[in-house]
Amino acid sequence: MPEISNSQAPVQPEPSPPDGQQPAGAAAAEGSAIRQFLLLRGNSAIADRGFHWLMVLCALSIFGIVALIATELVVRSHLAWSQFGLGFFFKAFIDPYSKLPMYWDPVNGHFSALPFVYGTLVSSFLALLLAVPLAIGLAVFLTEMCPRMLRAPLAFVTELLAAIPSVIYGLWAVFVLVPLLREHVNPWLIKLLGWTGLFNDDNPTGLGFVSAGVILAIMILPIISSLTREVMNAVPGSQREAVLALGATRWEMIRMGVLRNARIGIVGAVILGLGRALGETMAVTMVIGNTPQIQRSLLASGSSMASVIANEYAEASGDLHLSALTEIGLALFIVTIIVNALARLLVWAVTRGAPAQVH
Amino acid sequence: MRTATDGLATGLAVLSTVLVVAPLVAIFVYLIYKGASSLSLAFFTQVPKPEGETGGGMANAIVGSAVLLGLASLIGVPIGISGGIFLAEFGRGTKLANAVRFTADVLNGVPSIVMGIAVYSLIVYQQKHFSAFSGGVALGIMMIPTVTRTTEEMLLMVPHAVREAALALGVPNWRSVLSITVKTASPGIITGCMLAFARVAGETAPLIFTALGNSNWSVNLNEPIAALPLQIYTYAISPYDDLHRLAWAGALVLIVLIVAAVSLVRYVTSRGVLKGAS
Amino acid sequence: MGVGIEVVNLNAWYAANHTLQDINLNIPANHATALIGPSGCGKSTFVRCLNRMHETNPIARVTGTVRIGDLDIYKDAKPVEIRRRVGMVFQRPNPFPTMSIYDNVAAGLKLNGYRNRRLLDEIVEQSLKDSALWDEVKDDLKKKSGASLSGGQQQRLCIARALAVDPEVLLMDEPASALDPVSTSKIEDLIFELKSQYTIVIVTHNMQQAARVAEKTGFFLNGRMVEFDSTHKIFTNPSDKRTEDYITGRFG
Repeated sequence: MPEISNSQAPVQPEPSPPDGQQPAGAAAAEGSAIRQFLLLRGNSAIADRGFHWLMVLCALSIFGIVALIATELVVRSHLAWSQFGLGFFFKAFIDPYSKLPMYWDPVNGHFSALPFVYGTLVSSFLALLLAVPLAIGLAVFLTEMCPRMLRAPLAFVTELLAAIPSVIYGLWAVFVLVPLLREHVNPWLIKLLGWTGLFNDDNPTGLGFVSAGVILAIMILPIISSLTREVMNAVPGSQREAVLALGATRWEMIRMGVLRNARIGIVGAVILGLGRALGETMAVTMVIGNTPQIQRSLLASGSSMASVIANEYAEASGDLHLSALTEIGLALFIVTIIVNALARLLVWAVTRGAPAQVH
Repeated sequence: MRTATDGLATGLAVLSTVLVVAPLVAIFVYLIYKGASSLSLAFFTQVPKPEGETGGGMANAIVGSAVLLGLASLIGVPIGISGGIFLAEFGRGTKLANAVRFTADVLNGVPSIVMGIAVYSLIVYQQKHFSAFSGGVALGIMMIPTVTRTTEEMLLMVPHAVREAALALGVPNWRSVLSITVKTASPGIITGCMLAFARVAGETAPLIFTALGNSNWSVNLNEPIAALPLQIYTYAISPYDDLHRLAWAGALVLIVLIVAAVSLVRYVTSRGVLKGAS
Repeated sequence: MGVGIEVVNLNAWYAANHTLQDINLNIPANHATALIGPSGCGKSTFVRCLNRMHETNPIARVTGTVRIGDLDIYKDAKPVEIRRRVGMVFQRPNPFPTMSIYDNVAAGLKLNGYRNRRLLDEIVEQSLKDSALWDEVKDDLKKKSGASLSGGQQQRLCIARALAVDPEVLLMDEPASALDPVSTSKIEDLIFELKSQYTIVIVTHNMQQAARVAEKTGFFLNGRMVEFDSTHKIFTNPSDKRTEDYITGRFG
């Protein structure tokens, strides 16, 4: 600590205990005791620097986590990778006797992730098909039409939807949604659309892609909707007024003034929803049926990348099985990282610099 | 024609709102109806009965969740808050801060089951057994990005003038950050931590092959441990009605915790308690 | 007791913006010195260079010499040490919103590790008396938060907070610009009281205020100090044409 000379202020050697009543001059004398104390406090340069670096270190832990996940997954999936290569995700084994494709046979050491990739894609796209129009409709309603009074509660409701744990969605789906679909929706789908071959009446459980798609749609709705709302709010009010001034109706104003300007951000929101759907585990595991098969019918049961990991990882039969499951996890990790990064960039591109307007 | 389109669009927007709100209402009504009728004192005090027998409770799962969440908070809260302090107080506008923020957001989107695999590989595989410790680590790591981002957001709500006031008094920077800025934002930071806490409280996927679950009493960090969401999962896919009831009761307990946290966060952020003097 | 301030060749930048150019002046001890000038002229930047607050902005830069007493603040000490000796009051009152009135005043000492409670009580009382706030708040020192006071009271609280560390210099950056006329006149009275004990530098855009409280006045324009003289001279018979234009309201 550098010595600081302080010639002007009268320096007292000891902090003098002042008696209750102070004469006017005592404040100054007392003050110099405080100055003396503060002079001796040092400049905390080392503590400040240490604190700074500790905070930096903790922030860097975020990168550490990503690196940790990546290395663990790569190391642990090496066995399956060296055995099956990239064909793991595309190729099936043909059974030499029945000539039928075989995908996932832990007992005989045959592993192909194809049915899981298929299941994940089918259930996720079904979910997007259902969720995107609804989410955009909700966002339009909330930002452009909703009475002020309803806005806060509805936003709160969507926030709550986002906070419900996956396992509770799954529980509800198993006991409420799946029976409902099985009894009332599926027969109707079979009757109307059975001719397409997409809806076959051969799965009496109701567990399958459609059930998974519907519950996923409910789960990703809030995130798509709230991000859409964010990018719509970022559209400057002048854009709206410009279109309205041309004599447009409200819908034309929304379509041309708002949605058109926000479309990149909305695409980002949809992609983010897709990222959630791809990795969603518990609810899907509980309603998809968990059979490693590829069927054309959307009512058939199947399995997704996340659900097979949830089902088999804890009881994997040997290193190759574990390694194959880890490789599916690695694929999920890479895909969700790319999808999320892309989505964030798109949303940022729209909202950056334009603070969300408060209506 | 144009007004008809306008009306149709309005109708569709309203319809989609109804379609979004309907499942939430359905889930809540069903949860409360099923859960409340299954809740009893035994639920909170007893451990599960052997399969097939009726009765029993989820006391071990509630305690197990508490242990796991305690451990997770011990890891996630200090690291997360520190990361948030870096973003808001030291790194503002720097490339490093932008990279951290971006990575945190992306990490938030990584499926929790992937986190489970990583921790399995890091701890369970090495130790050759499932453990409460590994489950807590998995949940703790998952808390970090959320806590970091909410802490940053809350700290940014503290007026710059408050920081200046502290610095102008000759208070060391670390002291000013902790005793003034963080303390001013503390209601928000605490609720942010609760939000992260509530999120991981409902996580099941990363626990399946780390904490594994346990139908007996255990608070030993070195052994498999029960957890509320895990137990709900196991019971939901079991064939017994009695276990289904327990699953509903467990789900109600979990959701009450989560709704409380979310409401609190909304209250704190909307009331603007952090706006301060200026 | 206050000390004098000697500024030699002070230059300051915000990024590429040269906000202060070659400032030289001597600020006398135990007097009030006012700095006037149109907004953006650099007067606020100047006072922020006197307690090294300017450099808290990462894009800011300073060169030159500032001596407070006989301490060269850019050479011989760290910012925290300077700021303990040079108090500052800001344009908008900025009490710590989560702290009580008492803790606000004691903050500078407590956060620097001062632990003597009995002395703290006395210092808080004295500082609040010195800032003419004591009678209004003495009954709920620890009950009310600093943010619950009125704007004028908050500003006096901030003055008390600055006084509690017993600084040698008190910098005031337009301390009354956010206040109503009654509060403003209270603050001015206070400056009048305090200048016997402290060296006060006050930035103001209000020329009447400068004329009322200060012995010396400096006129800043476009990052340069145009004129520095006794307040009386500046307002009655300025040497520089630009100063005259400004005080007669011909621009700014």
